[in-house]
Amino acid sequence: MSDLAIRENSLGRLASVIRNIPSATLAVLPDTAKLLFRGRPAAVDVAGRAFGVAMPQEACRFSARGGRTAYWCGPDEWLLQAGGEASAALFASLDAALAGQSYSLVDVSHRSDAITLSGPEAAYILNHGCPLDLSLQTFPVGMCTRTIFGKATIMLSRPAPELFHIDVWRSFASYVWQLLEEACGEFA
Amino acid sequence: MLLIPCPHCGPRAELEFSYGGEAHIARPVDPASIDDDSWVTFLYERSNPRGVHAERWRHLHGCGRFFNVLRDTVSDTIAASYPAGQPRPALSPDGKGTKR
Amino acid sequence: MSGRFRAPSGGRVDRAKPVRFSFDGQSYQGVAGDTLASALLANGVHLVGRSFKYHRPRGIVTAGSDEPNALVGVGADDAHYTPNMRATQIEIYEGLVAESQNRWPSLRFDVGAINEAFAPFLSAGFYYKTFMWPPAAWKRIYEPLIRRAAGLGRAPAKPDPDRYTQVYAHCDVLVIGAGPAGMAAALAASATGARVFLCDEQAEMGGSLLSEKTAMIEGQSAGDWTAGALAGLAARANVTLMPRTTAFGWYPHNFLGLCERITDHLAGADPKLPRERLWQVRATEVVLATGALERPLVFPDNDRPGIMMAEAARIYANRFGVLPGNTAVIFTACDSAYRAALDLKSAGVAVAAIADLRAAPGGVWVDRARAAGMEVREATVVTGTTGRLRIDSVNLGKLGPDGRVSASETIACDLLLTSGGFTPSVHLFSQSRGKLVYDEALRAFLPGTSVERERSVGACRGIFDLEAVLNDGTAGGSGAAEAVGFAGAAGRAFAVDGDSVGSDGFIGVTPHGGDPSRTRAWIDFQNDVTENDVKLAIREGFRSIEHVKRYTTTGMATDQGKTSNMNALGLVSQTLKRPLPQVGLTTFRPPYTPTTFGVFAGQSRGDLFDPVRKTPVHDWAVAQGAVFENVSLWKRAHYFPKPGEDMHAAVVRECRATRQAVGIFDATTLGKIEVVGKDAAELMNRIYTNSWATLEPGRIRYGVILGENGFVMDDGVVGRMAPDRFHITTTTGGASRVLTMMEDYVQTEWPNLDVWLTSTTEEWAVISVQGPLSRKVLEPLVEGIDLSRASMPHMSVREGKICGVPTRLFRVSFTGELGFEVNVPAGYGRAVWEAIVAAGHAYGITPYGTETMHVLRAEKGFIVVGQETDGTVTPDDCGLGWTIGKAKKDFVGKRSLARPAMMAGDRKQLVGLLTVDPKTVLEVGAQVVADPNQPIPMIMLGHVTSSYWSATLNRSIALALVRGGRTRIGTRLSVPMPDGPIAVELVEPIFYDPKGARLDV
Ligand SMILES: [Zn+2]
Repeated sequence: MSDLAIRENSLGRLASVIRNIPSATLAVLPDTAKLLFRGRPAAVDVAGRAFGVAMPQEACRFSARGGRTAYWCGPDEWLLQAGGEASAALFASLDAALAGQSYSLVDVSHRSDAITLSGPEAAYILNHGCPLDLSLQTFPVGMCTRTIFGKATIMLSRPAPELFHIDVWRSFASYVWQLLEEACGEFA
Repeated sequence: MLLIPCPHCGPRAELEFSYGGEAHIARPVDPASIDDDSWVTFLYERSNPRGVHAERWRHLHGCGRFFNVLRDTVSDTIAASYPAGQPRPALSPDGKGTKR
Repeated sequence: MSGRFRAPSGGRVDRAKPVRFSFDGQSYQGVAGDTLASALLANGVHLVGRSFKYHRPRGIVTAGSDEPNALVGVGADDAHYTPNMRATQIEIYEGLVAESQNRWPSLRFDVGAINEAFAPFLSAGFYYKTFMWPPAAWKRIYEPLIRRAAGLGRAPAKPDPDRYTQVYAHCDVLVIGAGPAGMAAALAASATGARVFLCDEQAEMGGSLLSEKTAMIEGQSAGDWTAGALAGLAARANVTLMPRTTAFGWYPHNFLGLCERITDHLAGADPKLPRERLWQVRATEVVLATGALERPLVFPDNDRPGIMMAEAARIYANRFGVLPGNTAVIFTACDSAYRAALDLKSAGVAVAAIADLRAAPGGVWVDRARAAGMEVREATVVTGTTGRLRIDSVNLGKLGPDGRVSASETIACDLLLTSGGFTPSVHLFSQSRGKLVYDEALRAFLPGTSVERERSVGACRGIFDLEAVLNDGTAGGSGAAEAVGFAGAAGRAFAVDGDSVGSDGFIGVTPHGGDPSRTRAWIDFQNDVTENDVKLAIREGFRSIEHVKRYTTTGMATDQGKTSNMNALGLVSQTLKRPLPQVGLTTFRPPYTPTTFGVFAGQSRGDLFDPVRKTPVHDWAVAQGAVFENVSLWKRAHYFPKPGEDMHAAVVRECRATRQAVGIFDATTLGKIEVVGKDAAELMNRIYTNSWATLEPGRIRYGVILGENGFVMDDGVVGRMAPDRFHITTTTGGASRVLTMMEDYVQTEWPNLDVWLTSTTEEWAVISVQGPLSRKVLEPLVEGIDLSRASMPHMSVREGKICGVPTRLFRVSFTGELGFEVNVPAGYGRAVWEAIVAAGHAYGITPYGTETMHVLRAEKGFIVVGQETDGTVTPDDCGLGWTIGKAKKDFVGKRSLARPAMMAGDRKQLVGLLTVDPKTVLEVGAQVVADPNQPIPMIMLGHVTSSYWSATLNRSIALALVRGGRTRIGTRLSVPMPDGPIAVELVEPIFYDPKGARLDV
């Protein structure tokens, strides 16, 4: 029996040939543990304490502490992300802490891949497929939301003024990447 | 493209939503007790008004929530947006609501 | 020198920069800043095209996007060729290649002009009248004829090599039109700090100020003031100036389509630049500053080259330094043409006479013309013109107080300028669904009640005096910013030194005294619609302007009647003797000007047309030479041909291997949903037809979902992972539909259930290992799972590890053989797949694709949703009545199943079909009838839903839905085909191992 540690990212090959530009730079984010948490209000506090990062109550915001981030996805839905951790262990610890609560916890670590887009033209490039107003007034640092990019659903977040994270389901990732690259073509 | 106010996320482009038909058509609690005609009415008959229409939308590519909207089918003016399960709000006398 | 008709100085062109271009193969020289129209006029070229229907020689009429005649094709090669460009909007560049359209063999000599001789037969509605009879002639004669004649210009023959992009943008205030009103609005709005976009269809912003020579604004010339205003706007960080950008469409909630032309005016443009960019703008407030279009006067023979709009001639003289002729006659109903006459005279054009429709024109402009020595003929009309390829004389007539016209004189000229006043451009306002109101004094439709958050300023709402326009723009701009929420918009009043030209004008056909059926006064140049056509339509009973428009095609050309609509309306009003507002107005629709397909397609072409969804195993399958098929957005391996194999041979081999040894199949695309919560089983009970309460953790059940209408919506196997956790699978195409449907019920009908849904379709790679040797292949790879028959029976699921990674291992079969579906986290999919293939090598493991999957399931009579079902099939119809939990009080769709029509005995039911000749394979979709010799239309009893060659059975098999099918089992029916009927026998819809013995091993 072989032990397979070879986890494949759907963007590996595309990322290796990208010719980036300073005004908008694309990169693949490392794989992380990702759990989707949904539940009744009472469970939300418990989950936040167990995770070490409170679930943001304000719509479309994320909170981060250490390597862990909690993204608001919906009124009863948060994406919990933990860089460099094993998802099974995280799942087990949260599941244990939530015993007796009304909730759902699902491991979605492999469901999506993540892309960063950075640079002064990042928002303009994103607007080639994303209908949101990405000015800092309406899409401030710390905001996250599911939205559309072209014909794909993405989870978009903004950790810094000129930095966006795009979390996208695996099979849509190369489409999103290529569409971003095409939009960057104007500056290439 | 409509700009639809999601009760949770705020105004978003129509692209992020899917349409869900007329609102406030509740599934009968005990379908077996409903006669055929009433069941067909529940299944198929819709008001299709010229004017203010209470309709369901889902913020599919957003928070995922179903919610209701009062939209004027002539002008597309959206007079109200409210979470699923809440009653249809009363409109101001001019029928336009408070929001343009 | 850039042409005989270029004035030595003046205008905004750069005479120091000559530009060579070609038109119809001949080389010309223009200068930087020229449009194709101004450059041609500078070279004395007026004839630029032939009309659509009669191939009449036509010249340049306007100086803007309203141009009806001067449509040309541009592009040096077939890939870059664009037809129907307006010469008045094309900026020339070194090497530009343009050609006239709608003529053969040449513009000056055109064979199609023979249509003129047939003019009596080509009148209004000629399509409807002429091509009616005999019926047989339609296909062979009329249609090819019409097809050859139809359309303007020629389509490019090669794919468009240019890039086009689309981008969303947001602003507080979008100002459309950068003339005086728009610039003033943008200045005022941006002063508040609002984010302002200012767009204009022209290369240079300034609008009418670019051709204004006398008026002074704030003590500056119009040109200097414009330059200063634009520089001020450009310096503001909150302002985006968008020249060469046409706002062409208005969509709900202030969403506007703007097309920016980026490279069309450049020689050797940077290839990385898009040719055009679609700005999809969401504006909180919109300020319309779209100006007004000069209206032609309609009179007999008004379409000869050399007849143009007075204001256009003024623009060519003042802005481009071009004299549109040597000797001009002016025909006008308003003062603005006098202003044009004065400017042209000072540029060097002789003005032979001014014919004024008005009985007693007066005022400052008329006085000035008289003082300049121009002869003003009062109450005078044009009764006709002469000249074949260019006007050479004008016939004038005196208009009596009784309305009669008496011939007066003939004047030689090479230029006839006309003006019937100005029509406010309300196209975009009307697109926004705003209501127009008719202003009697201005003879114009003006913006009335708004629907969207917009306001109109300046000439587009009937304000023509420059000072008033600037102040109206200022008020509109600050009002818009305030409406957004910006305070502190300072009121600013502009002082203009200049004289107003008033707002006189005329709508309709000017009196000419001629017989309309003999004279030809053109209303719509581009579609060749005359006064007589419109009158004929009215005589034939058309009253509604919408009907007159469609019958005569007036206003239906690519210019959408920008110069013609009001005159057509006026003529209908004159003829019906009905006030103009009662005649009504036709609808304005996007786009404002013709817009390329390229910019609408944007990036969505080629590889980016749609997302192409690939599984983790995709690249492996590519390397194995798999042939793929599209299933929704997914690429699925269809079959794996070995060298020399066709699809049939590959599928036969794949089927045999799976039935006899072991096959491996990528099932990753199946939809997956995790249903979690203490009410998970309750939700499952309510959604699925089956009962779930009794299903133990570790077991699997096949489930069926109906719509509330009782028809099968989706199916799939469901594993219970824990008391409060189910792992659902759906069809590939149904994944999002099922999740949406379940979310709908959870959120809106049963919000009190403690249950949540999470899509896990992409979390898991699913590797299906099927066949009698499948257990042998997997056994050495798994850890913590006992695959034996005793501990892991058919329809069970276990969690553990495979190849060291976590797995949910389903024992399930869609083939009828012993089989397993290995779920592993998607990132490990490829590696686990390859490990299984390696382990299966000794057993002859064979990858198979969707075609083999279909054959194997059809042999077992398993349905495929969407193939055996079509949205009108109940569970009982397709043999799934057994899935219905009889004890259940309710589930989605149950009540509908109790409706009488859903239980009728003659519903179409699933049966098997065996062709009497076992080698014949039926066509899917073929109809099933009782008697193939009955007359057509036959009574159709049903249709074939699936049909395959079964290698296992060495014969064809098919599934069909047949009316009352179950009672017909054992009988014969017929499938009529073009080559003759095929006899079939109806059998039970299961062809192989009906007892399921092969599963229980
Ligand atoms: Zn939302």
